Amino acid sequence: MSIEALNLIEVLINGLMAGVMYALVALGFVLIFKSSGIFNYAQGVMALFAAMTLVGLQTGQVPFAHLLNAITGMHVTHFGWNMPSGLAILLTLGVMVGLAFLVERLVLKHLVNQEPIILFMATIGLAFFLEGFGDLMWTAEIKQLDVGLPGGLSEWFEGASMALADPEAGYWGMYVDKLDVTAAVVAALLVISLTLFSQYTRAGRALRAVADDHQAALSVGISLRFIWVMVWSIAGLVALVAGIMWGSKTGVQTSLSLIALKALPVLMLGGFTSIPGAIVGGLIIGAGEKLFEYFVTSDAFHGLTGFNIDATENWFAYVLALLFLVFRPQGLFGDRIIERV
Amino acid sequence: MFYREAGDFKTSYSDDGQTFPIAFDRWRYYAVMAVAFLVIPFLINDYWEKSILMPFLVWSTVAIGLNILTGYCGQLSLGTGGFMAVGAYASYKLMTAFPELNIFFVVLLSGGITALVGVLFGLPSMRIKGFYLAVATLAAQFFLVWLFNKVPWFYNYSASGQITAPERSVFGILVTGPNAAPWATYLFALVILTGLAWVARNLTRGRVGRSWMAIRDMDIAAEIIGVNPLATKLSAFAVSSFYIGVGGALFFSVYLGAAEVGEAFGIDKSFLVLFMIIIGGLGSIFGSFAGAAFMVLLPVLLKNVLVGGLGWPTDLAAHLQMLIVGGLIVLFLILEPHGLAQLWRIAKEKLRLWPFPH
Repeated sequence: MSIEALNLIEVLINGLMAGVMYALVALGFVLIFKSSGIFNYAQGVMALFAAMTLVGLQTGQVPFAHLLNAITGMHVTHFGWNMPSGLAILLTLGVMVGLAFLVERLVLKHLVNQEPIILFMATIGLAFFLEGFGDLMWTAEIKQLDVGLPGGLSEWFEGASMALADPEAGYWGMYVDKLDVTAAVVAALLVISLTLFSQYTRAGRALRAVADDHQAALSVGISLRFIWVMVWSIAGLVALVAGIMWGSKTGVQTSLSLIALKALPVLMLGGFTSIPGAIVGGLIIGAGEKLFEYFVTSDAFHGLTGFNIDATENWFAYVLALLFLVFRPQGLFGDRIIERV
Repeated sequence: MFYREAGDFKTSYSDDGQTFPIAFDRWRYYAVMAVAFLVIPFLINDYWEKSILMPFLVWSTVAIGLNILTGYCGQLSLGTGGFMAVGAYASYKLMTAFPELNIFFVVLLSGGITALVGVLFGLPSMRIKGFYLAVATLAAQFFLVWLFNKVPWFYNYSASGQITAPERSVFGILVTGPNAAPWATYLFALVILTGLAWVARNLTRGRVGRSWMAIRDMDIAAEIIGVNPLATKLSAFAVSSFYIGVGGALFFSVYLGAAEVGEAFGIDKSFLVLFMIIIGGLGSIFGSFAGAAFMVLLPVLLKNVLVGGLGWPTDLAAHLQMLIVGGLIVLFLILEPHGLAQLWRIAKEKLRLWPFPH
């Protein structure tokens, strides 16, 4: 194979891997939207908060240390222990479940029967609150997250791609991060287990019933509030997984909450109500933006049009979703939108 | 003086249709105007201009714009920052390309250009609605900011990528540039805002505003009773973008003086304006002012109390501010979805019965 083709394949693979990362965030959105009709803008911040809490617990940071120091004049930062990753992950999961409970108790309960757009804005408020709270609790510095996931260059991809190329051409092999591969595997496992959970368990059936029809679910004795706490807990779990993956990849920092914005076009492509749609949408967006960037920065494009542009990843996903929506408003796999007066 | 309409007889149709039907309200309005135009310009100093009054005027203009689109017409937009950037860059290009053009017309023309861009990005609202549209407006936000950042023509090939407002004057008095007097910039922005707010208030009371509200409340039903959804939604996008563009032009040329697009018109600005209209009151012109005042004053207050008074580090105050703003948004949506404007309305209702509430 020629080097150009191999380069293109490399870009494609890396794009797909990036798409998996977007899809991880998008999954949490779909879960909550399906079961409660709430478009949870705070999903990205939940991922950030989960990752912050995980790092904080792992390294034994004192919560609100900054605030305590400012008020009392103490100088505490760390408890001085290092928690094993497994325990820290379990504790963080506990925190996310607690968060789900509080959100239901303090916010959602009071907003029942409000318009979806009001609920959306409430979750924007929630996102800001949670980001401020997380920064206050664990400080806003960039932190390293290491839970022992494999990372770095994947030799298998490098070797395989080198074997494909002409040995004389001096091709170096593809760069694929092991962490991305791990993320893809984890995402696949997550989707499979979520599907199994919703198809074959009692709670999962109740969840699907609520997603189908709130009133009917209530009338057969399903507790809406329990379901909502459960769904937000599962979304918290998905956020934790996304937080671990993104945190290991880029470090835990405030800009992580912006991946929530990238997950929005993913959802619009895949449809708000479809779990496979979130994955497929993520893959399309990830591959599309990487290929587009590769295309517009290539010499051929520059020679042809005279334009010299880059960093199209900032907007490509949104514009693609926008154009797509004009032709198919419900997304690829979404339920048809039926309007009644 | 009692606050009620009794004894204030309406003898003509124009009397009956006036904006402030209660005499006390009218006098209060004239008093506020008199203070704003005749008192504040003599008292204003640099600190008040830069950190409170100018931001208030600029953000009020932008908030009225977004309120027309989101509060009156029900189309949620997260592209406010991008549209402000269009206004700012349009005013910059106009100022540098036509040095003779009066700054007043520059600002209005920038609004017009923004209105065209707004209509372009409003076209998808024909097919999609709700948060689908909100995400579509994100496309405007990111694409426009990227465009102004990457295409050198927009910032006249300056090395830093920044735009800097040249000096322009009205009636021989400087209103832009670093040498403009605080009272001049204040009055310039105030005149524009007063005119625009007056137009907005009357637009929303008339046929156009009512068709916006019909589309907001139920678009299909509105269509059936003869409201044209295409014209209505696009006019909302156009008018709203005009206001936001004027606000952006004022923000850049009169208030900031120099701007870098990613920093001055980022996505955080879109959320800031959205928060203003939620806290102030969706679907209320007064609410736009109240929300803008609230969101301008809150950081100043927190900074003075926490950093100045208690000696906390600034980043801590910033985090606390974020937490408070987020909490307030949720609180307002739960307790009073119509915001400060509704509290004001309730207070007025109470006042009309006072002191004999039965």
